[in-house]
Amino acid sequence: MPRAGQNGIFPGVIAMSILQAERITKSFPGRAGPIEVLKGIDFSAREGEVIAVLGASGAGKSTLLHVLGTLDAPDGGRILIRERDPFTVSDRELDEIRNRDLGFVFQFHHLLPEFDALENVMMPAVLGGVRDRAAHERAASLLADVGLEKRITHRPAELSGGEQQRVAVARALMNEPAIVLADEPSGNLDDRTSERLHTLLLELSRKKRQTFVIVTHKRELLERADRGFVLEDGLLVPAGR
Amino acid sequence: MIRFLLKGIVRDRHRSFFPVLIVTLGVAVTTVMHAFMDGMADEMVRNMARLDSGHVKVVTRGYGEIVSQIPNDLAIRSADSVMAALEARYPGMEWTPRIKFGGLLDFPDSTGETRAQGPAAGFAADLLGEGSGEIARLNLAQSLVRGRLPSSPNEILVSDEFASRLGVEIGGTATLIGSTAYGSMAVHNFRLAGTIRFGIAPLDRNMLIADIADVRYALDMEDMTAEILGFFPTTVYDDGAAELLADDFNGERPSGGPAGLRMLTLRGQGGIGQMLDMARSRSAIIIAVFIVIMSIVLWNTGLMSGIRRYGELGVRLALGESHRHVYGTLIAESILIGIGGTAAGAAIGLAVSYFLQEVGWDISGMMRGSSVMMSNVIRARVTPATWMIGLIPGMAATILGAVFSGSGIFRRETSRLFKELEV
Ligand SMILES: Nc1ncnc2c1ncn2[C@@H]1O[C@H](COP(=O)(O)OP(=O)(O)OP(=O)(O)O)[C@@H](O)[C@H]1O
Ligand SMILES: [Mg+2]
Repeated sequence: MPRAGQNGIFPGVIAMSILQAERITKSFPGRAGPIEVLKGIDFSAREGEVIAVLGASGAGKSTLLHVLGTLDAPDGGRILIRERDPFTVSDRELDEIRNRDLGFVFQFHHLLPEFDALENVMMPAVLGGVRDRAAHERAASLLADVGLEKRITHRPAELSGGEQQRVAVARALMNEPAIVLADEPSGNLDDRTSERLHTLLLELSRKKRQTFVIVTHKRELLERADRGFVLEDGLLVPAGR
Repeated sequence: MIRFLLKGIVRDRHRSFFPVLIVTLGVAVTTVMHAFMDGMADEMVRNMARLDSGHVKVVTRGYGEIVSQIPNDLAIRSADSVMAALEARYPGMEWTPRIKFGGLLDFPDSTGETRAQGPAAGFAADLLGEGSGEIARLNLAQSLVRGRLPSSPNEILVSDEFASRLGVEIGGTATLIGSTAYGSMAVHNFRLAGTIRFGIAPLDRNMLIADIADVRYALDMEDMTAEILGFFPTTVYDDGAAELLADDFNGERPSGGPAGLRMLTLRGQGGIGQMLDMARSRSAIIIAVFIVIMSIVLWNTGLMSGIRRYGELGVRLALGESHRHVYGTLIAESILIGIGGTAAGAAIGLAVSYFLQEVGWDISGMMRGSSVMMSNVIRARVTPATWMIGLIPGMAATILGAVFSGSGIFRRETSRLFKELEV
């Protein structure tokens, strides 16, 4: 269901492009020469948009997300976050972009094993220098939002894969970043739980104008997203719905 | 933030317990090794001093040149006046005469026929003289195995091993067949008072200990002594003081032919100095090698835990923590681990060293057949250096480990850091 403000319902209003990729290329060294994973990706996401990215295993979805999330430098092309190239700004500004503007849900969760769920969710706030009661409450309510209100004192090893993934989602949302990059956040979830998670993300995009780029295999999310792409042969092509 | 990170260190045993354990072990072993080496060298010097070399030793020039041949014909004449002169000039010192001699020791049966005999290494000291400290210095009372100490003239002690090998009994006659200071044959009857074991392998094979008055008589050495040993009041050998003393003594006697007197320091005597230097440098090398090995082991664990943690570090970077802060906390962590491990290791090492200093470790099994003058029970020695030595591998290795393994976070693309974990 397309929503107001996008897809040209109000053509006079040009929503600001918050995340932009221009002719991104990326290859990895392989035994028989370099493996070209991204072959010139052009892409742009506006404020409040939810974008689903599909693709076969090994297509380069995680690689693309890493580049968009400043965790990998592209070989060619550039990315712009709020009109700024994160690879040309100072280290300090890059740290700030990562902490404030970006939230990342890793495909393999990457929770810190010695901290419990609540502490993991609070981590971005702590790293940003905030550690007060409000942060505490916000982390607890985010965990409740993803259905883990009864698991806040569990360490990652005491959580199921899907639960860990939801903690990772809550952590990515902690600092209310403008852009959330999520690598299969519902990959380990049953249909009901993943629908609930998707609803949460869609609501946030509408209410807080947060932008989501979500790698997924779920058709259900593709249908509910504003736009959908398939990563194929190193290029993004619009997904047929 | 710091409190948050501390929580992480404490909760993750891979980050706290194991590295601390390794540092503790390394520091403890280094500390004990060092104390042990010190103790061994120390023990060697002490044994040399009391049994053979004194802190200084006065001999004739001729005797000193071929000392290993025990040339008693070159012994000091008018020993009493030389002793008196030494005592007058260096009043703080203790001076005592010694004679070494060789010979055959023969144990006859009741009819006077030889029942058993063997070559003996003779050693004469002032055992019965009034106020002599030799019984204590030679540690004879503690070394006694059977029988008793000599209390009247012509009583001797022999090595217990020697006595057992020849199957002789306490109280029996022992005839020394040797040569006098003038080269003629000497025969003298002693009585076996007891047997001893020094715990020093070469001495325990065929030692014969007699009072110097009896030996002077037996070897025709009236008022002669082969050597006069001098001891400082302190038990620890001080090479500087010994050098000064020898220079003073020898300075007054620029020449004097083969019969002229020379004072030798402990270090200056037949190879002892080299042996000591060798022992010292060998111990230094062993310790250095050990420190290097330990550092590599510690560095490796630092490296491993570093790699193990790249995932965590990558995530922290991805969440917006600065590289410098991540690196800083890594180094701070290693300093904490280094301090903790070094303190624990030094404490354990010192405790073990102290135990080895007080109780010792019996290595007689390894010393059989050895000719080094070293006790069969070796002891560590705790010195100020013992307290500090563990710091080197303890702190250096942990911090270097963190510096090297942690620098990886600057070299890698952030995504590579946690990809290490995904395999
Ligand atoms: N560090 C690397 N070195 C070499 N090759 C790499 C590296 N990272 C990724 N690749 C290769 O790049 C390709 C894309 O990997 P990527 O992880 O982006 O795939 P994906 O689309 O996320 O797959 P999946 O759906 O299985 O998660 C793969 O073929 C992979 O082998
Ligand atoms: Mg992937």
